[in-house]
Amino acid sequence: MSAPTELLNVQIDGVWHQFPKGTRVIEACRRVGKFIPHYCYHPKLSSPGNCRMCLIEMGMPKPGPDRKPELGADGRPVISWIPRPQISCAQDIAEGMAIRTDSPLAKECRNGVMEFLLINHPLDCPICDQAGECHLQEYSVEFGTASSRFLEEKVKKPKHVELGPRVTLDDERCILCSRCIRFMKEIAHDDVLGFVSRGSYTYLTAYPNKRLDSNYSLNTVDICPVGALTSTDFRFKMRVWFLKETNSICTSCATGCNTLIGTRQNVVYRQTPRENNDVNSSWMCDYGRLNFHYLNSPERLQKPQIREKEALVNSNWKSALARAGEELRKFVNGRIALIASARMTNEELWLTKRLIASLGIVDHDVVPRRGEADQILLSADRNPNTLGAQLFGITNENPGAKLSEITEKVRSGSIRAIIALGEDLTDIELTTDDLKKLSLIVATGILPSETTRHATVLLPGSAFAEKRGSMINSKGRLQRLNRAVQAPGEARDDWEILRDLIQQLTGTNGIYLIEDVFRQIADAIPEMKGLSLSKISDKGVSLAEEAEETTKATASI
Amino acid sequence: MEIPAELESQIDEVIGHYPVSKRSATLPLLHLFQEYFGLIEDQAIEWIARKLELEPINVLELVTFYPMFRREPLGKHHIRVCRTLSCAMAGGYQLLDTFCKHANIVREHSGHDDHLLKSADGKYSIEFVECLASCGFGPVCMIDDDFFEAVAQEEVPQLLEKYQ
Amino acid sequence: MASTVRTPHPREKRIIFRNIDRPGWTNDIDCYLRDGGYAELKKAFAMKPEQIVNEVKASGLRGRGGAGFPCGVKWGFIKPGGPKPVYLICNADESEPGTFKDRYIIHQDPHQLVEGTIISCYAVNARLAYIYIRGEFPLGAKILERALAEAREHGFLGKNILGSGFDCEIYVHRGAGAYICGEETGLIESMEGKRPYPRIKPPYFPAVLGLYLCPTIVNNVETLCNVKHIVRMGGAEYAKMGRPNNTGTRLLCVSGDVQRPGYYEFEVGGITFGQLIYDICDGLRPGRKLRAVIPGGSSAKVLSVADRYKIKSRQPDGSMLEKEMGLEELPIDFDTLAAAGSMAGSGGVIVMDDSRDMVWALNNINEFYAHESCGQCTPCREGSLWMKKITERMLHGGGTKQDTDTLKSVADNIAGRTICAFGEACSWPTQSFVAKFRDDFVAKSAGKENGTGSH
Repeated sequence: MSAPTELLNVQIDGVWHQFPKGTRVIEACRRVGKFIPHYCYHPKLSSPGNCRMCLIEMGMPKPGPDRKPELGADGRPVISWIPRPQISCAQDIAEGMAIRTDSPLAKECRNGVMEFLLINHPLDCPICDQAGECHLQEYSVEFGTASSRFLEEKVKKPKHVELGPRVTLDDERCILCSRCIRFMKEIAHDDVLGFVSRGSYTYLTAYPNKRLDSNYSLNTVDICPVGALTSTDFRFKMRVWFLKETNSICTSCATGCNTLIGTRQNVVYRQTPRENNDVNSSWMCDYGRLNFHYLNSPERLQKPQIREKEALVNSNWKSALARAGEELRKFVNGRIALIASARMTNEELWLTKRLIASLGIVDHDVVPRRGEADQILLSADRNPNTLGAQLFGITNENPGAKLSEITEKVRSGSIRAIIALGEDLTDIELTTDDLKKLSLIVATGILPSETTRHATVLLPGSAFAEKRGSMINSKGRLQRLNRAVQAPGEARDDWEILRDLIQQLTGTNGIYLIEDVFRQIADAIPEMKGLSLSKISDKGVSLAEEAEETTKATASI
Repeated sequence: MEIPAELESQIDEVIGHYPVSKRSATLPLLHLFQEYFGLIEDQAIEWIARKLELEPINVLELVTFYPMFRREPLGKHHIRVCRTLSCAMAGGYQLLDTFCKHANIVREHSGHDDHLLKSADGKYSIEFVECLASCGFGPVCMIDDDFFEAVAQEEVPQLLEKYQ
Repeated sequence: MASTVRTPHPREKRIIFRNIDRPGWTNDIDCYLRDGGYAELKKAFAMKPEQIVNEVKASGLRGRGGAGFPCGVKWGFIKPGGPKPVYLICNADESEPGTFKDRYIIHQDPHQLVEGTIISCYAVNARLAYIYIRGEFPLGAKILERALAEAREHGFLGKNILGSGFDCEIYVHRGAGAYICGEETGLIESMEGKRPYPRIKPPYFPAVLGLYLCPTIVNNVETLCNVKHIVRMGGAEYAKMGRPNNTGTRLLCVSGDVQRPGYYEFEVGGITFGQLIYDICDGLRPGRKLRAVIPGGSSAKVLSVADRYKIKSRQPDGSMLEKEMGLEELPIDFDTLAAAGSMAGSGGVIVMDDSRDMVWALNNINEFYAHESCGQCTPCREGSLWMKKITERMLHGGGTKQDTDTLKSVADNIAGRTICAFGEACSWPTQSFVAKFRDDFVAKSAGKENGTGSH
C-alpha cells in the first residue's frame, strides 16, 4: 500500500495543469500534447542533457517579501522567468513551475541546434536507412531552416564501420547523443561503446579487439535517432515508409517480447520491439529479432502431400485430410502418440486437446527447448507457449518428460502411429529408422525435416507471423499474435487444419472462426474466463496464475 | 605485457591515492606508462583496464581525449611551442617555424593545425600546443619537461644543442 | 630564456605573491617555516571550522579562477554533519589564455598553497583533497608532491593534524592537456577517471553531487592562498582592502603589446587599465596606440579603446554616482568590468595595440576554443569549430559578405544554450570582437558575395 502520489501545479504555455511529483518536465509537456523535440533523452535511460534540442523557457514562482510565492490576480503564483533557456529532459517538475514550449526564444534555440547538427552531417538521405524514421529529417522540417549557410569543409569520420556482427556504424551521421553508449552500459550491462577523440572530431567506436556482439546490440539501432547505427541485416533492404507494421509478439522464447513486424508485399523485412512495460520495456534481444528469415525460405512447405507407395506426392486439402482421418481411424486406443509443440498458439493447442480426446490418445507431450537465461529478457525456456501447453494438458509440469517413454513404445512396437504437430521427431530420441518403423505419421510443419520426409500425410501449416492467435508467456501473461503476412502457397492456418482433422474424425463441430475457438477456451478454462481475442488487445492481459518458471528478467530492466 | 617491478610498485602506490574509486587512477597510470614507455600501446590500455577493472574502451576514451597521451612514439626529444594569443603576438608562429627548421622537421602545409610532427631521424618531435600559462614572457616553449620563457629566435640552435 | 628574477613594482601590494621573486627565497618547507609559515595553520586549528567559514564570508573573498563566485557562500553550501564525505579539490589547471599566476605560486611558494588548502579542508570538513594540476606543469607536480611530503613529515598533514583529531590527506593529480578540466564539473569527471564532460546543473551542483556524487568544493589556487591570509588578518581586515564587494588583492597578469608584461598584485579595483598599462607596464611599444584590451583571460569580452562605459560607483557619502568612462579609466575589479560588459575573470589582461588585426586575433582565440571544446553538447562542439573555420577562411582571403553576420549569429546560438560556461567562453570573444571591430571583419570580406570557402 503506497500513499497517493503528490500532485504538483505546473503551468504549460499559459495553462495550469497538475502532474504527479517526480514527472520529468518533458514528459509533463508531452502529456498535455506539447511535444518537445529531443535526441539524447530516452525515458528508459539516464539523461545527460547534451543534445540541447529540448531547450525551453522555464520560470519559477516569484518570491514575495515574506519569501512565499507572490500571487497574481488569478490566485496563481506570479512567474519569474529564468533568462537562460533550460533543458526539459533532466529536471522534474516543481510546484509552481511554468514552461513555455513555443516561445520565440524556444523556437530560436531549436533552430540553432538544428543548424549545428546539420553543418557536419553528410547528405546521405538518399542512401540512408533511417530516412522516413529519422529525427533529424523530421525536426529539420518542423524546426529547422530551409537552406544552409555553412560554407566550410565538413568534418570527415569513419563510414561503414563493422561495429559488431549485426551492427554497421556510420560515424559521420552520428550526432553524439550517447544513447547507444548508455543503453549498452545501463540495460545490456556490456559497457563496450565509447566516444574517442575530442571536440567536433569526437566519434563513436568500440575498442578495437572488442565488438558490439551483445545479444542486445540491435536495440542501439532502434534508439539511434539518426542513421549512424544501422542493422546490417536490414541495411539497404527496404525503405521504411513502404513497410506495413503489424503488432505481434516474438515467439523465440517464453518472454514474448512485444514486437512490430515490418512487411511489404507479403515479405517480412524486419522486426522491432514494441513498448510494453509489463513484458520487455522498449527492448528485445537480437536472437529473437532476427529469427524470421526462415519465413521467406524457398524450402517452405506449400502443398499438402500424401504418401503413395514409397514417395510423397502432391495432393489437395480435401484428399489429404480425408486420408489422414481414414488412416487414423485404423488405430485404436493407445496405439497413437501425439507430439505437439510449445510453439503453437493456445487456439491450436486447444484443438489439439480435442483431437487427443477424440482419438483417445494417452501418450502426448511437447518438445522442450531450453537454453541459458540471460537475466535481461531471454528466458531459459525457448518455447513461447509452454504455459499454454500445460494449461490445456498437452504436457505437464515437466515438459518432455514423457518423450523417452514414447520413444520406447515406438521401438517396442506398442505405438504404431504418431501425429507430429510442428516438431521434428528426430529432435527427440527417435531416429529415421524408428520413423520408418511407424505405420503412420501425420505431420504438420512449415519447413522440411526428417519427419516431413517420412510422413504419410503432410499438412503444411503457418509460421508465427502468418497467424492470429494467443500465447501465454513465462509470467502468465496472455498475449496476442496478429497476422502480418499470408502463409505461402497452399499452406493453411494450423488451427483450421486441426479443426478440419477433428471434423474428419467426429463430424462437424460448429467452429467457423478463431473467435469460436477462443470462446470454447474461455468457457472451459477458469483462468481465461471472460476473455476474448480482442479483449487481449495488443498489450496482453496478465492471468492470475503464477508462471512455472519465473525469470528475473523484466524486473532488472 | 611486461611491467617492470619498479613501475608496478609505483602503479600500486598511485592507486592507493584513490581509495574511493580505482577508476580515478586511470589518468595517473596513463602518465606513468607514457613516461616509462614513451607511448600508450594497445597492450598498455588493456593492462590498465584489467588492473582497474574497467573495459578497455573506458581507457581508450581518455587516451584519445588528452593530447598528452600518444599512441605513437614521440621523437627522442619533444618540443612544445605555445600558439595562443599572447605568445602568438610575441612571435610564437615564427618560433615554431624556426624550431622546425633547426630540428629538421618538415611541415607539409603551412597551416598550423598539424599538431604533432617528427624529424626524419626521430631525434625531435614538435607540437604546437595551447596556452602554457606564462603569457607575459612569451613566446614560450617546453623541451621535454623543461620550460623556457621569452625565447628569442636566435637562441633556438643553442637550445637544441642541449637536447641531443 | 630561463625565468629571470623580476623585481616587484613599487606600487604593488604583494600578499599572495610576497615570496615570488623574493631574493634568497627557496620553495622548501624550512625556508617557509623560518619565515613564519604554518602559523596560520596552527591558528586555524585553534578555531572552529564554522568560525573559519564565517571569516571567509566576512572577507568577501571572490573566486580567483575566473567566475568570481563568493568563496564563503560556496563553502556555506556544504551542510555540516551530512552523511556523505566532503571533498576539496584545488583547481591548479591554469589554462585560461592570458593567465599566468598559479604557475609561480606552485613553483616558487608551494607551501602557501598547501597551508591554504589544509586550512580550507578543515573549514569544510574535507578529509581527502586533491590538487588537480595541469599536465604541462610536470616540475610543478613534483614540487607540490615534495611540499606535501614535507608537510606530512612535520605533522601538518595526515592523521590527527596538530593533535586536533582532524585527519586530512592531500594528493596531487595531474591533468593531461585539456582546458575543459578547469571547469569545476569537468574537473570532477576527470578526477573520476572519465572523459571530462561537464555535468548538467541541476542536478549536479558540486556542493551536493560532486566528486563521487559527494559534496565537493573546488577552489582556485589563488583563492586557497587567500584563505591563509584571511585567517591571519581576520575577515573584516581583509575586507578593508579593495572595494566593497570586490575585496582583497588579486594578481593581474599582463601580456601583449606592453613594454613590461608580467604579473602584478594590487588591491582589487586599486588600479585602472590606464595606470596598469602606462605606469606599471611602462606603456605600449614605441609609436603605437592602444586599440583593445581583453581584461580577464581570452574568455572575457574584449574592451575597445573606442568604448564608452556608464559605470556607477558608490561615493563615500553613500550616494551612487554614474560616470561615463573610457577603457583606460576603468578600475579593474569584478563589478566594474561586469558593468562594462565584460568580466574580471582570471585576471589575464591582454593588451593589443593598433598594429593588431582583430580578425587575426579572434581567429587565434577561436582556434583555441575549437581545439579545447570537449564535444559533449551540440552548440559548442559544432559552433566553436565553425567559427574558427570562418575566421580562418577570412584570414586566407576567402571571406564573404555574410561572414561577419554569420559569425555573430553562430556565437549568439551558442551562448546560453550549453551545458557549461565554455559556451559563453567560446562565443563571447566572437560576439565582442565582431561588435566592436566590425570594420576589420567587413574589410576581410569586402566585395565577395559567395566565396568559394576554400583556402
